[in-house]
Amino acid sequence: MTRISVNVDGTTYEDDVEPRLLLAHYLRDRLGLTGTPIGCDTSNCGACTVDLDGATVKSCSVLAVQTDGCAVTTIQGLAQDGEWTALQRAFHEQHGLQCGYCTPGMIMAARDLLRENPHPGPDEVRQALEGNLCRCTGYQNIVRAVLAASGHQDPEAASASGHQVGEEVSA
Amino acid sequence: MTDQAVAPEVGRRRLRKEDARLITGQTNWTDNIQVAGLLHLAILRSPMAHARITRVDVSPALERPGVLAAFSGADLTEGLGSLPCAWPVTEDIVLPDHPPIAVDEVRYAGDPVAVVVARDRYAAADALEAIEVDYDPLPPVLDLETALAPDAPLVHSDKGTNRCYTWPLATGESFEAVRDRAEVVLKRRYHQQRLIPNAMEPRAVVVTPLAASGEYTVYSATQIPHILRVMLAVVTGVPEHKLRVIAPDVGGGFGSKLQVYGEEALALAVARKLGRPVKWTESRSEGALATHHGRGMIQDVELAATREGRLLGLKVGLLADMGAYLMLVTPGIPILGAFMYPAIYKMDAYEFHCTGVFTTRTPTDAYRGAGRPEATFAIERIMDELAAELGLDPVELRRRNWIRHEEFPYTTIAGLTYDSGNYEAATDKALALFGYDDLRAEQRERNRRGDPVRLGIGVSTYTEMCGLAPSRVLRDLRYAAGGWEAASIRMLPTGKVEVVTGTSPHGQGHETCWSQIAADVLGVPFEDVEVVHGDTRAAPQGMDTYGSRSLAVGGEAVHRAARTVVEKARKVAAHLLEASERDLEFTGGVFSVKGSPEARRTIQEIAFEAFTNHDLPDGVEPTINAEHVVDPENFSYPHGTHLCAVEVDTETGRTRIRSYVCVDDVGRTVNPMIVEGQVHGGLAQGIAQALYEEAVYDDDGNLVTGTLADYLVPSAADLPDFVTDRTETPASSNALGVKGVGEAGTIASTPAVVNAVVDALRPLGVHDVRMPCTPERVWRAVKEASA
Ligand code: FES
Ligand code: FES
Repeated sequence: MTRISVNVDGTTYEDDVEPRLLLAHYLRDRLGLTGTPIGCDTSNCGACTVDLDGATVKSCSVLAVQTDGCAVTTIQGLAQDGEWTALQRAFHEQHGLQCGYCTPGMIMAARDLLRENPHPGPDEVRQALEGNLCRCTGYQNIVRAVLAASGHQDPEAASASGHQVGEEVSA
Repeated sequence: MTDQAVAPEVGRRRLRKEDARLITGQTNWTDNIQVAGLLHLAILRSPMAHARITRVDVSPALERPGVLAAFSGADLTEGLGSLPCAWPVTEDIVLPDHPPIAVDEVRYAGDPVAVVVARDRYAAADALEAIEVDYDPLPPVLDLETALAPDAPLVHSDKGTNRCYTWPLATGESFEAVRDRAEVVLKRRYHQQRLIPNAMEPRAVVVTPLAASGEYTVYSATQIPHILRVMLAVVTGVPEHKLRVIAPDVGGGFGSKLQVYGEEALALAVARKLGRPVKWTESRSEGALATHHGRGMIQDVELAATREGRLLGLKVGLLADMGAYLMLVTPGIPILGAFMYPAIYKMDAYEFHCTGVFTTRTPTDAYRGAGRPEATFAIERIMDELAAELGLDPVELRRRNWIRHEEFPYTTIAGLTYDSGNYEAATDKALALFGYDDLRAEQRERNRRGDPVRLGIGVSTYTEMCGLAPSRVLRDLRYAAGGWEAASIRMLPTGKVEVVTGTSPHGQGHETCWSQIAADVLGVPFEDVEVVHGDTRAAPQGMDTYGSRSLAVGGEAVHRAARTVVEKARKVAAHLLEASERDLEFTGGVFSVKGSPEARRTIQEIAFEAFTNHDLPDGVEPTINAEHVVDPENFSYPHGTHLCAVEVDTETGRTRIRSYVCVDDVGRTVNPMIVEGQVHGGLAQGIAQALYEEAVYDDDGNLVTGTLADYLVPSAADLPDFVTDRTETPASSNALGVKGVGEAGTIASTPAVVNAVVDALRPLGVHDVRMPCTPERVWRAVKEASA
């Protein structure tokens, strides 16, 4: 057991954890912060994406002990005083989710993109979300949501303009 | 009349009620559930496709820290019956025993062999490694054709055959006769590769026992809480009234959670044994092995036609991979497809023949369209081959054969009566949006230049069979359940409304759409409606969500229940207003007397009156609640036209989707935003089948695409921006006029994409590419054609 002190969504927790405990399980099972879901065991799906000291990480590929002294932000820490962020609103308004399982990770990954590139084009959005899988939406409305949150007046037209599948953005 | 189906809420782009909790992470996934004393269940699975179990020793696991119990299959047989197959499609079908956990033989890699229960999930997973199992390998059965040979090794040796069933259908003239007079006869073989559903939420189940009363609450990431309750009672012997099944928020299903899984029965059995709450959550790679797969068919298709391109007859021979066991509806999936091969076309003869085959692979069952995408693929691919053979434009060939809009209702050669549709309108709209003629001109130009990057154009016109299903039809197909759906409306004393539905959504937006329907009929604000679902106590009756049945059957039940509420309220209103019922108008939630609009009562006031029971007319019971159970009178038949343009690099084999246009007719639209979203999601899956996804097994029967790292679920970067549009031909089989949309995108897109790929390569002599059309397969097809 190792003692860690970590701030999650504004609250500091002191805990003894097994060295092998994944951050995703620490958040979910120990802290009861179940807003961050787990979708895979190979770090491919992105459902578990959180913010760790300003960097976006997949919480299933970080150990809880590594977060000692760090600040973690999950989807549950985004809305302040019940006010959704622009991204959360945009996902709602653009129908960027269906079952919603991928949504926390999508929003956290999109948040990271907009921090680094406040006005991305559709291809940049698609590229940035490559590590986040969604099985319901076909991604189109997710892309529109991110474009809308970044201030595109007409995300529908923006997402349709010039996106070339399999060009520079493909895996 | 109070039929307000076209009133403001229905047809409106309403933002979803569901989103608030999903966007803020306040969800209720099954794996989120924590209860005092919860134990974690982990399952040891067979590493081999086929073997005899000679020894299982779980005792070393018991010495591991945190472990409370461990059981072999033999330890759990008592009180645990065979998992159900509810669709024995023929009288003489082979129905093997399907224990939730293997006892003496494993039949696919992933078959459960032993379980461990521990204080946390890490301890449980660790302890699995300590269990000792000895296997005596048996030969795997992997090839659908050789599996039927007399000397083939057997998946179920006690059955003496790998043939599960044969199911024939022949209608119209004899196929032999029309083949004789046909001027063109084409014969093709198509492969429907196995797909792994990969709903983003892995399956999970939590069982909490209440020892004092012998009750159990089962939380499951399931599409079918009601059916699961019945079936768990049958499998475990826990009486049905002592079982409550709850499907909390469910993170996608696509058919893979339309199932009664062994793990659900095991969790219940272990919770019963230990008297403690138990949770099992699958990992993604466990899910790849143990959650049922989709597709898995070989289709031999023969099409007979005249030189003018008039279809005369169709013959389909199908080998369908059942996998190792029959799950809930496994044998029925190809049968659903049987009715859809003739699609939207007129012809004189149709012959279908299906053989279900056992293999030592993960069982197959319903997946995204369930039989209908496979059928649509085969007919739409061979239609393109016929067009090429006859030198006709593929759209023109379809025009010459489809049912014209003035011919509806039309009974197809397969015996289905299509109520309404307009293939011409949808196709014309799609062609215009797509810029068909310009793209064809560009294609000719590129072919003339010998451009190494070829342009291909694929079309697919389709219809599907939704609104599953009239119970009598299900009886005729030997499906062991009804096709009805239930809804009730509870008008609360304060005028707020609870809509209770028997459907059980997992991303489809029922809470929003059902609110729209009820708000319209009752004339109450959308915000005043709450939809209750997915809990057999709160919503006691239902047949759940699958096969695009929710809106056409479940939404219709809500609609009718709401109308009954209005009729009950009308009686009360007439009494209070001292008017005759006939003289009352009802609009916007207000009853008023014709000609004297100041005499009025709102439906909320009447709900309160019905609650107090102070002044109700004689013979009217308190409350104006209503319940309706609807059995559909017919299926509904959405249809549409999908067009895809691809660029195929003949030097690298790489396919790039240049544009994708679809026009779908899903009947009347309740929420266009949700319809569009559902189409997008379906397109993603259909395109993925065409280009990316496949469950691959090695020669020993091991799944080699068992994680998301190997199995190519497309990301945002792999898919295009879609152009979607609609035509609206209302269904006549329900009062709402709705048809269903969940699978349209999946069904239509796979053939559209593959037709486009083949169209690009046809000038080089390529006539087919097997799915998924990976760069390697495309490149090889080009090389072989030019060799
Ligand atoms: S759960 Fe972390 S990437 Fe899938
Ligand atoms: S909304 Fe269901 S996985 Fe993305």
